[in-house]
Amino acid sequence: MHVEKQRPAGSALMHFLYLIFIDPFVQMAQAPDLLAQTLWEGLVSGMLYALIALGFVLIFKASGVFNFAQGIMVVFAALTLVGLYEAGVPAFLALALAIVVMFILAFVVERSVLRPLVGQPDIILFMATFGITYFLIGFGEIVFGGDPKVMITAPLYLPKGAITYHTLGGMVQLQKIDIAAAVIASLMVAGLAIFFSRTRIGRALRAVADSHEAALSVGISLEQIWVIVWFAAGLVALVTGIFWGARSDVSFALEVIALKALPVLILGGFTSIPGAIVGGLIIGLGEKIVEFYWGPLVGGGTDAWFAYVIALLFLLFRPQGLFGERIIERI
Amino acid sequence: MRAPGGPDARIGDVLLSVENVSLSFGGVKAISDVSLDIRKGEIRAIIGPNGAGKTSMLNVINGFYTPQRGRITFRGQTRSKMRPHEAAEGGIARTFQNVALFRGMSALDNIMAGRTLKMHKNLFWQLLRWGPAMAEEVAHRREVEEIIDFLKIQDIRRVPVGRLPYGLQKRVELGRALAMEPDLLLLDEPMAGMNLEEKEDMSRYILDANEHFGTTIALIEHDMGVVMDLSDRVVVLDHGIKIADGTPAEVKNDQAVIDAYLGVAH
Ligand SMILES: Nc1ncnc2c1ncn2[C@@H]1O[C@H](COP(=O)(O)OP(=O)(O)OP(=O)(O)O)[C@@H](O)[C@H]1O
Ligand SMILES: [Mg+2]
Repeated sequence: MHVEKQRPAGSALMHFLYLIFIDPFVQMAQAPDLLAQTLWEGLVSGMLYALIALGFVLIFKASGVFNFAQGIMVVFAALTLVGLYEAGVPAFLALALAIVVMFILAFVVERSVLRPLVGQPDIILFMATFGITYFLIGFGEIVFGGDPKVMITAPLYLPKGAITYHTLGGMVQLQKIDIAAAVIASLMVAGLAIFFSRTRIGRALRAVADSHEAALSVGISLEQIWVIVWFAAGLVALVTGIFWGARSDVSFALEVIALKALPVLILGGFTSIPGAIVGGLIIGLGEKIVEFYWGPLVGGGTDAWFAYVIALLFLLFRPQGLFGERIIERI
Repeated sequence: MRAPGGPDARIGDVLLSVENVSLSFGGVKAISDVSLDIRKGEIRAIIGPNGAGKTSMLNVINGFYTPQRGRITFRGQTRSKMRPHEAAEGGIARTFQNVALFRGMSALDNIMAGRTLKMHKNLFWQLLRWGPAMAEEVAHRREVEEIIDFLKIQDIRRVPVGRLPYGLQKRVELGRALAMEPDLLLLDEPMAGMNLEEKEDMSRYILDANEHFGTTIALIEHDMGVVMDLSDRVVVLDHGIKIADGTPAEVKNDQAVIDAYLGVAH
């Protein structure tokens, strides 16, 4: 009697465990083309997460400031590009001007925010980046209006359409713009890596990251370094804005992608450039895989919270992240 | 002790002087109306009990702290405060009481960082690592290797400094300061926490730097034996006030100094 009663409950549990632990892998094995497709999409969004996180890391390393404005810089850079183009400026000139605008932004931020606040507690500087955020939102809306815009792709010679591979017993489709994003993001990261490892300015940046006072004592100019890292973060923001904008549209709603950078940073460590890249890829890939294979079990929508759960686990067990140094207070 | 009696040919005019400097943090008076000068070529010790204001004085001299009152004259130019950048460009180098190295970098790169202000080639060449920038890098590397030989740290030059024992970190820090080819070198307790042998080594490096490169040195040190051996003149601070200034022998027998130290050291 007992045995008979328990059997249905037992098999429901077994079925549940099967759905969680076995079935997704069976699906992966049975349809490798879908797996490849999911991995590719994860990789592409992971790359964009990594780029945003990279902007944060550059600024955090050099100044100990957690730059809340990084997300809005993505929007602002993209809006500047599209706005100028819509105003009749040729695409590549608009791109060059957008770069100049990001440089001016870095310069102004250093002069009007960082320099007067030097030596203040980190929390003050963090609050100041809120100020920058709301300034950029207000300023951006006045200049470019509040309506969503469409990212220019064709005028910048960014490819359209998709490449379809018939392979793995099915087909895998790669959007050309995603391929372009992957290539340009990789080039950009490699470029920054060379810049920061090979040049005197790169050495100075690492010096500043390690000790402000020692850097000052050998004559490194903090002001110059800050302008350079904010400019680098601005360039990264522009590239991110172009490719993210091309996938949706360019509006202030884009700013929320910056929130995705937070789990990436917790995973990779706030001070590690490789960490930002690996963290971004892990979150991007993990998010897509979990949503595709496990999402249906809970009615979908896992990509809204999956990254944060991972981040929470890291906070509990490895707060300095995968590659970060121990979290230490900085002057 | 060196050059007992009689003026020393090494020592020249006043290189730096601070006049009537006062510095406070909120209610704490770190320095009260202190004047002192440092002459070209000398080793000038700054001593005093804990919290006397010695480190604060170095921080005023290289521009980390802005005094509320007083003037600083360096190379004949008088200012109400230094800026760190001006100090470094004017040839003032320093080490820190709590070693401040670039922990993630190798000993070599740390010392290379001391050459920052001496490098001029622009970014374009640096990125290419070719042409003039490469020649420049090589020339500076040679200077840095000389310092590495001088400090006998050849075998650790590739090690990230964060992994080195404390005594060697202090030596690398001295190397970085020497790489700036300073005219005035500020040393904040360069021998703190060292054993006797390490102290002797460090003393030798300091004397050599002074004698062979003609570097003027301001030295904060708690070990009286070392101070008596190395320095030409000693200034004594206590609770932010200057209580004595003179040769080691004069200072040693000064009643105010003895009293100040009795309260602390014995
Ligand atoms: N940045 C600061 N903020 C607040 N108070 C400070 C600061 N720097 C120094 N002080 C205070 O100024 C006084 C002098 O400190 P200073 O470090 O100059 O002493 P010191 O002679 O170097 O002592 P020690 O031998 O312990 O190194 C102390 O009371 C110290 O607490
Ligand atoms: Mg001190």
